[in-house]
Parts: sequence; C-alpha cells; structure tokens
Amino acid sequence: MEAEQNDLVFETVALAGEILVSSGAEIFRVTETMERIAAAYGCEGFEPFVLSNGIMMTARDGRRHCLAKVRHIPLTASRLDKVDAVNQLSREIARGLHTPAQAHARLEEIQQMPLRPRWQRVLASGVGAGSFCYIFGGTLADAAAAFVAGLALYLYLLVAVRGRLSKIAANITGGALVCAAAILLTELGLGSQLSMVTVGSLVPLMPGVAFTNAIRDIADEDYISGAVRMLDVFLVVVCMAFGVGLVMALWARLGGALA
Amino acid sequence: MSVWRFCSEVFFAGLGTIAFSLLFHVPTRYYPRCGFTGAAGWLVFLALKGALGTLTATFLATLAVVLISRFSSVQQRCPVTIFLISGIFPLVPGLGIYRTAYALVQGDLAGASLTGFETAKLAAAMVLAILLGFEVPANWFARLAAPFAAADR
Repeated sequence: MEAEQNDLVFETVALAGEILVSSGAEIFRVTETMERIAAAYGCEGFEPFVLSNGIMMTARDGRRHCLAKVRHIPLTASRLDKVDAVNQLSREIARGLHTPAQAHARLEEIQQMPLRPRWQRVLASGVGAGSFCYIFGGTLADAAAAFVAGLALYLYLLVAVRGRLSKIAANITGGALVCAAAILLTELGLGSQLSMVTVGSLVPLMPGVAFTNAIRDIADEDYISGAVRMLDVFLVVVCMAFGVGLVMALWARLGGALA
Repeated sequence: MSVWRFCSEVFFAGLGTIAFSLLFHVPTRYYPRCGFTGAAGWLVFLALKGALGTLTATFLATLAVVLISRFSSVQQRCPVTIFLISGIFPLVPGLGIYRTAYALVQGDLAGASLTGFETAKLAAAMVLAILLGFEVPANWFARLAAPFAAADR
C-alpha cells in the first residue's frame, strides 16, 4: 500500500511538471510547483532537474530503493490556461484539499483542457495584426489590410502547416505568405504603407513567449533553458525575416515598388 | 501627435494585447487586466518617446509592464506569465526586424547593420527592464496588493 501510494504521488508530481513545461511555464515555476506538491504529500528526498524540454526527478522510497523518472517533453504551443490551472491546483494541494488520487485525476482533466475554437483564434490573429499595425504607425486602412493578412496567416498555420512542416519551414513560409498578402492588398488599394501592413501581420509569428521566458530563465540562472529558448527566438525571427525578404526581393525583381 | 491618435493607439494596444492573450489561451477572466497591461505599457512608451527617445521609452514602458504584471499576479493569485507575456507584445521591436530585412534585400549592408543594431539595442533595453523589474522584492507587491487581493478560489 505504502509503495503504491508513493508511486502515485511521484507520478502526480511528474504529471504536474510535464504539463507546466509543455504549456510554456518558466523553469523556476515548474521546479517550485513540483517541490510544493511533493512536500505537501510528504514525498521524501525529492530532487527535480527541469529543462525547457525535459524533466528528471528522483525521490527516496524506503531505505534501499529510489524512485526515478525521466520525461522528454517536446516544445509545443503556449497554454497559459493550463499553467494557471496547475498553479491553482498546487496551492490547493498545499492547503491539504486533495488526496493524491484526486490531484492526479484533476491533472489529467487539466491536460485534456480544450483549445479555443479555431474561428476565435483566427479572428484573434486578425484583430491582433490589425491593432499592432495601427500602433506601429499605420492608418486605419493599413490596419484593415493587416487584419486580412493576419486572418490569412493563421488560417495557413491551422490548415496547411498543422505540424506537417518543421518550425523553420513554417516560419519562412509564414513570413513569405504575410509579405505576399501585404503586397497584394496594398496593390489592390487596401492600405498604402506596405511596411506597416507587413509588420502588423507578422506579429502573430513573433516569439514573444519564448523571448520573455528566455529572459526570465536566464534571470533565475537556468542558463541552459534560457539559452535554448533564446536560440529558438533567434531562429524564428531570422526565418520570418528570410521569408519576408524572399518575397520582397522577388517582387522588386518583377519591377514592383517597395514603399 | 494628436490627442485622437494618442488615445486610439492606446486603445488598439489594449485590444491587440487581448487578441494575443486569446492565442496563448489565457483564461477569459484575465482579459481585462491583460488589455490594461498592454495599453498601459504603450501609454508610457508614447508619453515618453518624444522627450526621452525610443530606447529609454522602451525601457521604462517594459518596466511598467513588468511591475503591473507582478502586482496583478499577486492580487489575482495567478502566474505572472499570464500578464507579462501578453502585455509585453506591443513593445517587441517588429518594425526594426522588418527594416533590417528590408535593408538586406536592398543590398544596403550599412543600413542593415544600423537598423539591426538599433533593434538589438531595443531588445537589450527590454531584457534589462525585465531583469530590473524582477529584482523588486516580492513582499513589496504583497503589501501593495493586500487591500485589493482576490479571495482564495
């Protein structure tokens, strides 16, 4: 019984950590949350080692045996709803509100939390692109064009990419698509400043989450994870710029104006 | 800049921030505060840009976003990431990245290194502001937010 209970607690702690890492939490938060849950359930000698794409953890189980787990966690999209839910659950566990079995069941529920409906995400991408085009200095017409390009970009990411393309290819083609859409729209007379339209509609591709987390990880002295995320930021930005530049060069070669 | 342009930019900064919080799956109940954080950051940026220049304005605006996010996270008992990531988006130097790529395509290497360096400086200013904002002791925020703190959910 004792051993089974220990296994369940250990598995619960691992699951909490796995959800947090894959949802885009800072390393510091993952470690802290896992330690908080482990302490609340009296898991002895708990030692986690968390990276941006994996977790290693051990704990004592009696005098002779040791519990150990290694999880590889691929990089996925940000799910701040899951980060919030696990954070909330870990506070409740610390207050003694859940048995390990209940906590484990709740974590499995959190892992299954649904994505926002696709139409909402597509619309949000458009609204975000339009708004940012405007604050970067575009006119309302430019913002309208960026809105359309932002919709097109997210539709492309949802329908055409969907994990089939590598991140690098998705960002290059995404940047190219945005630039092509911006050229098309401005040529059709919607929006006048090509640069504003393009910059606004690129924002949905910007690695804001990775950038912020990279800095925070480095600030917490989690240098490996911070450096990996910084590399991710750098790659995404370079790929995006490459895609945009490709279309711009092609358009200039065809004799189009880049204004 | 006209008053109308100023106000509408702040409004759109808030709207855009909320749109991106949806893309990152921020729970709906935090939308108003996310929007406020993004709008406040852009307001600080716009208000200071003329007097202090883009670099210092970016630094102070990022600092404002970090401090508001930390206050909100203590007050609403949720991870600071929720407000920080969304609120910081308007300040990411997208225009600089675009101009650098544009100059490269034009074969203007001098222009590309200039804009590239300017963009890197803006990013560095944001990094410094985030680091500085997280050096403020946590208990200051706890004391500040105590009268407004949400009840335990």
